[in-house]
Amino acid sequence: MKLEEVKRILDAEVLVGEDRLDREVILACGSDLMSDVLAFVKEKVLLLTGLTNPQVIRTAEMMDIKAIVFVRGKRPDKETLELAELKKMVVLTTKHPLYISSGLLYSNGLTGKDPK
Amino acid sequence: MKLSFTVDGDEFLLAGEASSQVKKVLKQLGVSSAIIRKIAIAMYEAEINMVLHANGGSIDVDITPEKIYILFQDEGPGIKDIELAMQEGYSTASDEIRELGFGAGMGLPNMKRYSDDLKISSELGKGTKVEITVYLNREGD
Repeated sequence: MKLEEVKRILDAEVLVGEDRLDREVILACGSDLMSDVLAFVKEKVLLLTGLTNPQVIRTAEMMDIKAIVFVRGKRPDKETLELAELKKMVVLTTKHPLYISSGLLYSNGLTGKDPK
Repeated sequence: MKLSFTVDGDEFLLAGEASSQVKKVLKQLGVSSAIIRKIAIAMYEAEINMVLHANGGSIDVDITPEKIYILFQDEGPGIKDIELAMQEGYSTASDEIRELGFGAGMGLPNMKRYSDDLKISSELGKGTKVEITVYLNREGD
């Protein structure tokens, strides 16, 4: 699924990387626990989280995650967004909570199941 | 190639910077992305632990064509029961740490999962030494 479509489905706002929405994600991971995210190594993952501190970006960086959706209308601070820009990520924010966001993406085809 | 970093225990924003730099170097050296990710995650967990639990410390990285060896040394409170700390879900983290998204008791298990060899030695009140080795020519995982 292209990030452009993720944005449309979640009615999301782009905070970082407007010009990088043609990227594709094939799996998604929703969690507020960064260590749980770090235990989940896959390719082309979309991270959905309600946690907004800079270590979310660091965690994504270590895992080669290129796109993050902040749920429940959360917005990270300026420093966190600057770090995301530096790492050439795409950052979205949606008003939907984590459960609804996951459900919307799942029912639109981003099932989180490894296609391999 | 040898790299050394001093990790500041008071700068939560900068935690992960050493791991980020090592990741960049390995990419320049042409190491496969699967192996880089293993190293980056194991190293990042150790670096975060150092910041959250031990008020910083030092990291020494030694990269050879065969392997990468990373030594973490801190003068923090030490780990009381290493075997227990290796269990998934066991954590001594404070509520502050949990609010940051860590302290789920996955740090040491993740380090073990992504390293080929992990050695931890610790003395209460003195500090902790963590050694991570990842072989560069072993694919898989």
